[in-house]
Amino acid sequence: MKNNTLLLLGDEAVAQGALDAGISGFYAYPGTPSTEIMEYALNSRQAAEGKVHRMWSANEKTAVEAALGMSYAGKRTMAMMKHVGLNVAADAFVNSALTGANGGLIVTVADDPSMHSSQNEQDSRFFGKFAMIPMLEPSNQQEAYEMCFSAFELSERHETPVLLRLTTRIAHSRAGITRREPLAQHGITLPQDKRQFVLLPAIARKRYKVLLSRQEAFEQEALDSPYNRYFDGDDKRLGIIACGIAYNYVMENYQDSGCPHPQLKLSQYPVPRKLIERLVNECDRILVVEDGMPVVEEMLRGLLDRDLRVLGRISGELPRDGELNPALLRQALGFEAQPGGTVPDGIVPRPPALCAGCSHIDSMNAINEAIREVYGDGHVFSDIGCYTLGALPPYNSINSCVDMGASITMAKGAADAGLYPSAAIIGDSTFTHSGMTALLDAVVENTNMLVCILDNSTTAMTGGQDSHAHGRLVQICEGLGVHPDHIRTLRPTPKTHDEFVEIIKEELAYEGVSVIIPQRECVQTKTRRTKLAKQGAQ
Amino acid sequence: MRLDIILAGVGGQGILSIATVLGYAALESGLQLKQAEVHGMSQRGGEVQSHLRIADRPIYSDLIPAGSADMILSVEPMESLRYLPFLSPEGWLVTNTTPFRNIDNYPELDRVIGEVKKVRHHVAIDADAIAREHNNARGMNMVMVGAASLFLPLELERLKEGIGYIFARKGEDVVERNLATLEAGRSFAEEYRATAL
Repeated sequence: MKNNTLLLLGDEAVAQGALDAGISGFYAYPGTPSTEIMEYALNSRQAAEGKVHRMWSANEKTAVEAALGMSYAGKRTMAMMKHVGLNVAADAFVNSALTGANGGLIVTVADDPSMHSSQNEQDSRFFGKFAMIPMLEPSNQQEAYEMCFSAFELSERHETPVLLRLTTRIAHSRAGITRREPLAQHGITLPQDKRQFVLLPAIARKRYKVLLSRQEAFEQEALDSPYNRYFDGDDKRLGIIACGIAYNYVMENYQDSGCPHPQLKLSQYPVPRKLIERLVNECDRILVVEDGMPVVEEMLRGLLDRDLRVLGRISGELPRDGELNPALLRQALGFEAQPGGTVPDGIVPRPPALCAGCSHIDSMNAINEAIREVYGDGHVFSDIGCYTLGALPPYNSINSCVDMGASITMAKGAADAGLYPSAAIIGDSTFTHSGMTALLDAVVENTNMLVCILDNSTTAMTGGQDSHAHGRLVQICEGLGVHPDHIRTLRPTPKTHDEFVEIIKEELAYEGVSVIIPQRECVQTKTRRTKLAKQGAQ
Repeated sequence: MRLDIILAGVGGQGILSIATVLGYAALESGLQLKQAEVHGMSQRGGEVQSHLRIADRPIYSDLIPAGSADMILSVEPMESLRYLPFLSPEGWLVTNTTPFRNIDNYPELDRVIGEVKKVRHHVAIDADAIAREHNNARGMNMVMVGAASLFLPLELERLKEGIGYIFARKGEDVVERNLATLEAGRSFAEEYRATAL
């Protein structure tokens, strides 16, 4: 491509930015829309040559902890996850604000407003504020690249982790990226204060005071940040605060004329109050535009919300939920809607479906025959993965999908309440992410329940990443204390349907914890593997 | 110059190969580009779309505003209609007519094509059939690029280079076949414009 411009997804720009900024280790668990950061690093020759650590972690918590360890050792590092992954990592994340960092530490979180591939649309900026650490939120892919340099510098200057927040639209949109000269990696340097990372109450209290004392400096950084820009405008009837990508949606409506209103482009937090104050003092009304939840809008309104001059998602100028787009801004800015066509009647949705030949289909069919058709609907707890599609017709097999690992623990709770049968369906990768401790709870009480670990040997929903569970499931279950007679494996196909149904029935008859592991590789990864093998053979 | 294209299809049909060819041609022409893709859950046989924006000046939004797309380029007929609210009144609807039926309640095909033909500027092309005629059964996407090329301010030569770029790994023969497929799509659109409209 011309001018050495790389055409990269926002996710890929983050990975390339981190590599060029001298990162030594990436840690992540796959999750849309963050997955492509690690995938890019895994495929990068630059990363291979630099021996940069890049491997999937068991879950987001182990990822953040490992990254914290690398930071402790003085090197630059990043943990990546989707927004709900930060809930899993929250313990490590929030406490890392107290320990602080040594080598530059970035926690990159990709939020999913509109829930394109998620179970909620929580805004990670709340977490950044909660942990009281600096945050960066790019408005475009080039900024996503640049911010890796800035975030590492910020992190090392103030010995703090930095949150880098993306949203789906930045993460999964491509644009040209101009690269900077790559920096060398750091060597090992241990923290000067060997107690910095020891959060014993006596030390934690000191560390907390350190964190509190840094708040002013964090805000000063945001005030001086090149990512936060105040643009003056003549029409002061309205002032605009545009956070992250929302800036683009505003400017899309003023690209020919230029924005007539004073505008604050906000991409680094904590919110720099001086810039807000200037805008509020100069303008009659303030429109706050943010993709995600009304974080800044809520701060401006305050508890009593007496200031009616603030417009945004809470006041209804913009919708309270869902992703923003240029048309929504067009309306909020008072322009007439652009005429477009209408969708004719009869255009039906095309919901995602399990692939033809997928082993989950055989599992759903067997579970339906052995459980739903015998005991009725309502006995099957499920989890996060392709098999969640078992909730949809024609299967209608499952009754829950809440968070990673919750199938086993919810089935246990329901069994404790007296529900029989109580069954859990969980994928292999989800099981090693958060299901093992859940199964241990059940084993300790020998709860009368059935766990089906659907082993397709990959993390399929996010595109087929290696699963930590691969080849280890039976040993893990044995090690957790499930009775070996009640760990059953089979290869689920239409031909083994009767056998599968029979095994479920036998295990339902056993009073205690049973685990059935249907094992057959994901058809997507199998096709890809076969293709690669063929190419290799040629 | 500004060019906004909605690419549409069903997960697995490979609309991103179209985006790659168009994007390559745009960048080689010294233009700027933004391309919003759909990853994740909907890739499993669900509806997928990509917003491709090309311009000779900075592009702000990654998403095309409703009512302003210059083209909907769809590899599936029903999917082409789903995004009509994005199409500008002057825009082109260029769609494959071969349906991708992975749902039970797929509407009657005649009705779908009828709706396509109601759009003022449209090209309805059986890209699967044309690809097969050119001994390139998997070349449906390049037929669509060819058909669309007639209405795009991108030089045909740049698009051909784009095809060379993405198929180079697979050998000269594959490149040639896809170039022929591209030409066939373009010729069809030329005839279509001359006769049907």
